[in-house]
Amino acid sequence: MTPKRKWAIAGTAAIIAVFGWMLYGGLDKNVVFFLTPKELLAKGTKGYDVPVRLGGQVRPGSVKWNDQTLELRFALTDGSSEVAVHSKGTPPQMFRDGMGVVLEGRYGRDSVFDATSLMVKHSNEYRAPKAGEKPQEMYRTLIKGSGS
Amino acid sequence: MTAVTLPVALPRTSRWPWFGAFAFLFLITSQALAIITSPADRDMGDLQKIMYVHVPSAWITMLSFFVVLVFSVRYLWQRRENDDLLAASAAEVGATFNGLTLVLGMLWGRPTWGVWWTWDARLTSTLVLFLIFVGYLSLRAFIDEPVRRAQWSAAVGILGAINVPIVYLSVRWWRTLHQVQSSPSTVDPLYVLFLRANAFAFLFVMIYFIRQRYEAARIERDAELAAQAVALGGR
Repeated sequence: MTPKRKWAIAGTAAIIAVFGWMLYGGLDKNVVFFLTPKELLAKGTKGYDVPVRLGGQVRPGSVKWNDQTLELRFALTDGSSEVAVHSKGTPPQMFRDGMGVVLEGRYGRDSVFDATSLMVKHSNEYRAPKAGEKPQEMYRTLIKGSGS
Repeated sequence: MTAVTLPVALPRTSRWPWFGAFAFLFLITSQALAIITSPADRDMGDLQKIMYVHVPSAWITMLSFFVVLVFSVRYLWQRRENDDLLAASAAEVGATFNGLTLVLGMLWGRPTWGVWWTWDARLTSTLVLFLIFVGYLSLRAFIDEPVRRAQWSAAVGILGAINVPIVYLSVRWWRTLHQVQSSPSTVDPLYVLFLRANAFAFLFVMIYFIRQRYEAARIERDAELAAQAVALGGR
């Protein structure tokens, strides 16, 4: 067997292994990218202080932004359960009331989810603004300071 | 200096260059129209315009790998060298668009989602698809013997193409950061129109690229065969 041939076989084996992992391993149907607030709360004490991704919607009216300390507080809801979230730093520009977000961080024993990163989960809707509405208007009002 | 005669006849009177010119003109026109005339999205503003390159690029990736599947199966069935060369050309074009889809998606994700990359099922499966076809192309470079190369390639090409529906359905099967497919009912009609126009532009470019790569591969093989014939003292 020539070295070239060996490489070819090793390469193909690696490809098939990755493919098999894709199908049956790493992306099992039970593995989800994020938990919902309901699922996190259902974990009880096991849900505290472990790194986890949490996803849901920003409850309208719950956003408190401190433009001095860059601290962001809001309630994350999945329609039935709600988790209080604390995060630091400017959120992505699409962050606003009612927007879907996925957070990385830990749920503390003080019942506040401390997020180390905040990702916006966009819906599959794309709409032109209605008459008189300017794109991204809401973000500007948020940055000017809506809550605190 | 002695004149060197080419051992193969190069096709000269072809209409394909015209098709290529048409494809790129169509692409430039539909991109320009989409960028200039379509209104900014109410949520993401002008960032929505990345849709006109990211989405067609993803569609064309999947279509190219479907072409790989068709010609790989036909090669294993009928053992015609041209089918192998066509599958390889489509794999190369598909891998290019796959890489483009990933990069454009990252450029879109940073300002809208807040991250360049995350390991959700859609992003991960798209990256795996890319790696499989990069593997396919390097596999071809490693095997010198044409028949063996064609057989191995066909097998990997078929396995790789099976990944395409997984990528497509990943957003429905698993909970992901990437949103599910949009449909004309969730997208403003003006955006749909320009998206479709650009999808056709990408389709024409894909056809042109595959055709050009195929022609080059065919000429290369003919030259190889002619060189072999000379070396064996034929003529």
